[in-house]
Amino acid sequence: MLTAIAIAVDGLGFAAWLFLSSVGLTLIYGVMRILNIAHGGFYALGAYSSAWAIGLYTATGSPVAFSFLLIPLAALIAGGIAGLLVERGILKFMYGRDEVLMVLVTYAVFLILEDVTKLIWGTESYIAWQPAFHFGTVEIVGIPYTVYKFLIIGTALLVGLSLFLVLNKTRVGKLLLVVIEDREISSALGINVTLFFSVTFVVGAILGALGGAITAPEISVSPGIGAEIIVLSFAVIVIGGMGSIGGAMIGAVIVGFARAASVHLYPPAELFSIYLVMAAVLAVKPYGLFALAESRKI
Amino acid sequence: MTKHLDRTEIGLLVALPLLICIAFVLPKWIVNYVHVSMGTGLVALGVMIQMRAGLVSFGQGLYFCVGGYAAGMTGKFLGVTDFFVLLSAGIAAALCLSFVLGFLLRRYREIFYAMLSLAISMILFGLLSSTEELGSTDGFNLPTASYFGWSPTGETARLTLYTLTCFIAIGCAIALNRFLKSRVGYVNEAIRENELRVEYLGTSAHNAVHLTYVVAAVVSAIGGVLWALPLGHVDPEMTNWTTSGQFVFVSILSGTGNIAAPLIGTFLLEIIRVYAVELSPNTWQLILGSVMLFTIIFLPKGLWSLITSKQKSSKKIGASAPKPGE
Repeated sequence: MLTAIAIAVDGLGFAAWLFLSSVGLTLIYGVMRILNIAHGGFYALGAYSSAWAIGLYTATGSPVAFSFLLIPLAALIAGGIAGLLVERGILKFMYGRDEVLMVLVTYAVFLILEDVTKLIWGTESYIAWQPAFHFGTVEIVGIPYTVYKFLIIGTALLVGLSLFLVLNKTRVGKLLLVVIEDREISSALGINVTLFFSVTFVVGAILGALGGAITAPEISVSPGIGAEIIVLSFAVIVIGGMGSIGGAMIGAVIVGFARAASVHLYPPAELFSIYLVMAAVLAVKPYGLFALAESRKI
Repeated sequence: MTKHLDRTEIGLLVALPLLICIAFVLPKWIVNYVHVSMGTGLVALGVMIQMRAGLVSFGQGLYFCVGGYAAGMTGKFLGVTDFFVLLSAGIAAALCLSFVLGFLLRRYREIFYAMLSLAISMILFGLLSSTEELGSTDGFNLPTASYFGWSPTGETARLTLYTLTCFIAIGCAIALNRFLKSRVGYVNEAIRENELRVEYLGTSAHNAVHLTYVVAAVVSAIGGVLWALPLGHVDPEMTNWTTSGQFVFVSILSGTGNIAAPLIGTFLLEIIRVYAVELSPNTWQLILGSVMLFTIIFLPKGLWSLITSKQKSSKKIGASAPKPGE
């Protein structure tokens, strides 16, 4: 029973983190058909800038409560700038090319971002634990959990809900759905598809950076976190069906619980349980659980 | 079959004695780089032959690792040190694994193929990283190879292994060249162009992809064994996706035009890496990424196209060769 509750809480925690880290990826894929490996780079940028900013801020001895504002701010600035530069500087010239080619392009961008991160922040690790412990811990059946973990879960729900509302209830969101449905027709109808692409990419990048920024207080931010998160996010969005935001949520929950279960029941399996689940899902549903239906264009 | 050798094969056969000769002429450290890059070059070849079918494997490190680990485990647990037994162990392991996994992967194309191959290689990464018997993330050491009971030491051992590696690498390259010119090789190109039409013409695209996958796996495993033996060490990094990414990088850079291109490309990359890491360790990936971007944008058929485009343009102006991945 104790283990079951621990798995449930940890699973939710993992799921929230995974959802925040991968929702930008699925958004970009859904709209632009770009499987963005550089997403890992945005995540790392977000994590570094948030850890760095919190470190600077707490060194001044100011109240920790305000450091929470630094997390979304860091994500907004780091993700926004990087996303805009990548989209305007590189991807703009590549639209309409093959999907696989775009994977390779974004892989190249990922490599570049990895080193840019190292050049800006060096190779040592950053630790910004203050926000994570600011609200203390709560005990659930005797196991202490930081309140921060529940804040992350809340943020994930909030992000998911706002994306859902924006996409389905606003004019911009409905136009975006039209662009997803058919790029050519929508531009013929007078929708500025390029602008939608740019905005989507930047929003996706900011979401990726937010995933990193919000995790930064819980981990030691060091080189290589981008490479780690990108494979996890792939697993999440592939399970859910690429391009589907609801799918990303389900995928995050499945992967999160798979990982939490293996951590508590059989720790050596932690690293590969995720991919095992992914392979199993794909063997049954080749394009994920909630893949967008696609008409075959010959 | 007594097919005539084509120019590439003649070139490779000419290169073989040269390659062996440099072991006695060039400084030892360069020879060592040539040696290990023949191993990794074979894996890049494995990526390249899949690219001919329009399939990008982001998990070719899987078989690189399977080859290395199979050879290592045969040495570690069975106490075998014979080079040919170790090599056969690597090949056999890759053959079995790829044959089974092929049934899953042959159903996928494009990014799904890339993602799934990546996921499978990461399963192995996770498995190996948490297996203490195999040294977890540190890996373990391989024995020094012996040859039919003859176990040389020191310089002799190094040169013997090097010479054998040259023979095997060139042999694999020629075999793969034949493979690309075989029926399946041409079917693969057709799959890249239009899979549906291939099926209408009565050929099974699934079988062709499956066969290509197995061939690529075996070549990569041979590469893994040839890479692991001179270094005498294997670790799970071999199957991490970043390693696989480098193989993809080499294939993109050198292009799918010629079988020799990935081998040369791997060596050049190794040499550039040595200097780049020494001069500025934190910009190595930056250079790598930028070169890759420029290659994709300006030389979609890879660096090899710089050599061939001159020959072609004199024959046929504006040859409408399809770009890779179109």
